[in-house]
Amino acid sequence: MIAWTIYVTFGGAILLLFLPRAYARWIALLTTIGGLILCLVTFVQTPIPDLAHFTTLVRVPWVPALGMNYHLALDGISLTMVLVTGISAVSTVFFSWDVEHRQNEFFFWLLLVVGGCYGVFLSADLFLLFVFYELVIVPKYFLIAIFGSTNKEYGAMKLTLYSFFGGMFVFVGILVAYVAGGSLDLNQLSQFEFSPQLQSWAFPVLFLGFAVLAGIWPLHTWAPTGHAAAPTAGSMLLAGIVMKLGSYAGLRVAMNLFPEGFQMWSKWIAVLAVTGIVYAAAVALRQRDLKFVIGYSSVSHMGFVLLGFATANALGTSGAVLQMFSHGVIAALLFAAAGRMIYRRTHTRELDALSEMNLSHVMPFAAFTFVIATAASMGIPGFSGFAAEITILIGAWKTFPIGVWIAGGGIVLVAAFTLRALKLSFFGEERTEGKIKNGTTLNREQFDPITIPEKIGACMLMLTTFAVGVYPKLLLDRIMPAVETMRFLR
Amino acid sequence: MSYLELLKLASPEAVVVLTALMVLSIGLLSKRAMAAGGFVAGVGVIISIVTILLLPTNETLFGGMLVISPLASLFKIICLVLAFFTIVLTQTEKASRHAGEYLALVLLATVGLMLLVGSEELLMIFIGLELLGLSLYVMAAFDKADLRSAEAGLKYFLFGSTSSAFTLFGISFIYGMTGATGLAAISTKLATTSVQPLLAVGIVMTLVGFAFKIAAAPFHLWAPDAYQGAPVPSAAFIASGSKVASFVVLGKIVFIGFSPAQGSAGWHAMVAGWSPVLAALAALSIVIGNLVALAQSNVRRLLAYSAVAHAGYTLIGFVAGDREGFSAALFYTTIYAVTLVGAFGVVGIVRRETGGDNFSNFSGLASRSPLLAGCMAVFMLSLAGIPPLAGFFGKFYLFSAALHAGANQALLWLVALGLIGSFVSLYYYLLVLKAVFVDASLLAATRPMERVRSDFLQRATVAVLAAAVVFLGVMPNVLTSRILAAIP
Repeated sequence: MIAWTIYVTFGGAILLLFLPRAYARWIALLTTIGGLILCLVTFVQTPIPDLAHFTTLVRVPWVPALGMNYHLALDGISLTMVLVTGISAVSTVFFSWDVEHRQNEFFFWLLLVVGGCYGVFLSADLFLLFVFYELVIVPKYFLIAIFGSTNKEYGAMKLTLYSFFGGMFVFVGILVAYVAGGSLDLNQLSQFEFSPQLQSWAFPVLFLGFAVLAGIWPLHTWAPTGHAAAPTAGSMLLAGIVMKLGSYAGLRVAMNLFPEGFQMWSKWIAVLAVTGIVYAAAVALRQRDLKFVIGYSSVSHMGFVLLGFATANALGTSGAVLQMFSHGVIAALLFAAAGRMIYRRTHTRELDALSEMNLSHVMPFAAFTFVIATAASMGIPGFSGFAAEITILIGAWKTFPIGVWIAGGGIVLVAAFTLRALKLSFFGEERTEGKIKNGTTLNREQFDPITIPEKIGACMLMLTTFAVGVYPKLLLDRIMPAVETMRFLR
Repeated sequence: MSYLELLKLASPEAVVVLTALMVLSIGLLSKRAMAAGGFVAGVGVIISIVTILLLPTNETLFGGMLVISPLASLFKIICLVLAFFTIVLTQTEKASRHAGEYLALVLLATVGLMLLVGSEELLMIFIGLELLGLSLYVMAAFDKADLRSAEAGLKYFLFGSTSSAFTLFGISFIYGMTGATGLAAISTKLATTSVQPLLAVGIVMTLVGFAFKIAAAPFHLWAPDAYQGAPVPSAAFIASGSKVASFVVLGKIVFIGFSPAQGSAGWHAMVAGWSPVLAALAALSIVIGNLVALAQSNVRRLLAYSAVAHAGYTLIGFVAGDREGFSAALFYTTIYAVTLVGAFGVVGIVRRETGGDNFSNFSGLASRSPLLAGCMAVFMLSLAGIPPLAGFFGKFYLFSAALHAGANQALLWLVALGLIGSFVSLYYYLLVLKAVFVDASLLAATRPMERVRSDFLQRATVAVLAAAVVFLGVMPNVLTSRILAAIP
């Protein structure tokens, strides 16, 4: 049934091309809600033991001559990712309620991204997975280049080329796995013993290709630029879901197919991950643009995901999957607050300018949202970020104690830049004069009130991060068994 | 063998020749030659397809001069379909004074394609090559009033005739060494003797002629001017039909005729033969085509350089050197041809409405005509190799075939080069799409916004081709299984 998330989403996208614009946002909303309902029903109905293995949902021959199948499957990891995709997609539409310019087209590209993400998370055929994976790239370009802000064409091109650059390595890795393993079926390939010599070079090629999309240091620079240039919905989806495609595929394909290659390289992944955590946090500390702060924080948080993978134990890896879920929600919330709630009203994201507006008085709801989001992002207990990061660090303690110390220092830096951004953006000193530094006059009464769709979207995301933070077992029970069956743990 | 039987087996070609003559006379008699002649030509092409389907599936006449095989029939049909779309495209051009002659030339070139595809004998292949070439030279130069068209024709002619001379010279060497012109006979002869220098010269010279036809670097210099200057239907035909047929013949020559002299292009295991020669051509084409395309600001010139790169990708399939590689190469060249006819269709409409085909003429196309913009996106993204379009599957097929061939992924270097090339290519294809979707229309500033008006026929053609590209990407099995079944 969950396979229908893909069809519903693409169906909605195609419908958007033919119906008049008056219906556009409603179709997008119905489509994404339909997807979310399918996710939730599957989440509730599927018994937990069934989620331990990558269980086939659909399997139809596609190109028999090349051994390609249309093959979808589900386990605890993919269910978690599908669920976060569903939640983000709905809230994304709520935060795009005000898009007027080329509306149909906007939601068309948006739904293509969402559908592609569902596809990647459910694919059990290497070729199919790669089709969905690459399918996401081009809509991102148009979303940013047409609907973005601040240097949008540059950001769009940079992001697209980086994604495709990573895709090139993935392509090589997939071809090698296909040719050497003689199959494209992920379940079959994960039983196949590749020669250690092949694994030693095929693993880094494949994993690095995926990791580019996950924002691994030092190939992360597309992320802040792209996220800052993207429209709010674009940043929410990009940081929230699309970056997870990279880490998910790295886990599902690279690590699971080439376990010995992974053993050889896991140390280096940990080094890159820890460097990314600290480096991105330090850079975020010096940013002036609020979206750049959040963009770098995404890179930093994705570093935790990679660190969790590198631990190569069940706890660390499960924590990484939980972090993918958690960051998907938190990043969406942060970008929604910065891009939609603040920027659409103040038309600036410069922290200096924002600090003179004392927005907490003007927009209490936005301030509340941002406080929750930053608290979750910093890893305050009670929110999902804490649950995920503590699991990763406990897992990492067994393998890389030094890495844990450094990453712990990174958490302090994360707290520092997050608090700085929070203070400057919402709790700056109030100037009684309407005049602010950059020369524009500002009448704060002119800000539109926070709209109902924004409130619904924000509440959805806040509730999710809170629920998972209070009761992480809800997801971990489903993730753990699936992780434990993965080959690289054995 | 009676003449009647010969005529029966050659009836598809005969039908097209008769149609060409009819179109010529319509051009002399009728005032509205373009519409009437186009209709007759289209009907003739369809009848020819039907006759191909009615003929027996396997027949070899005169030691391979005329061959009817599943492969030949399949690609005759593909060439005829491409010719059909080219004829439809001619209807969009400004009414020419010599419509009858132009359509007749398209049909004669199509006969050339059919002879090329349906022959396994070097002399007959050369005749087909010349019939095709001479028709195309004239077609390229057909727009007499346009200086660029004359330049295109002249360049195409000079390069083409030189390379034909090379090919003929090469064929004479091969005949001298083996005493045969039939491909099968050459193959049996080569299998018994070792490759001598003189024979190697013959093989390389023969390949030069085809490298020219498929616009592989360094024999590509005619392509940019021909693609940019020639009338749009001519350019589309040069880029599609001519290429497909040339690849089929090249494949037949190397896989049937020169099969004992294959050699190897593996990274640490180069062995002399045609395979390393084609590998070198492929590598050079991918590098030169993609890098030079980066600097273009004219869509047709960009398509020309990208055509060079795509010739390089396709050659990778030949370098793989097995049945799978051949099938992948043929699939790729077919979908490439379909894509390019469509892209030229869009270019033709834009050119008619805005008077040019630079990037600036395409800016804001999305707001003027969403349909054309969407189709252009499909064509460009397919060329860049983005799923779920046909170009992506084509590349996957080609590269996996290349890796399958030879132990230890010996052709990985060529595959890696191809992938880097397609990474570079995404940038310039995106530049075209940026003009179409992102940039504001520059025309709005200079003259009142005019919506692209194009009659139903053109829109339908372009949309059908775009749909075909999507369909072949989602269901590639429809074509691959047929090609695989047709290859012995």
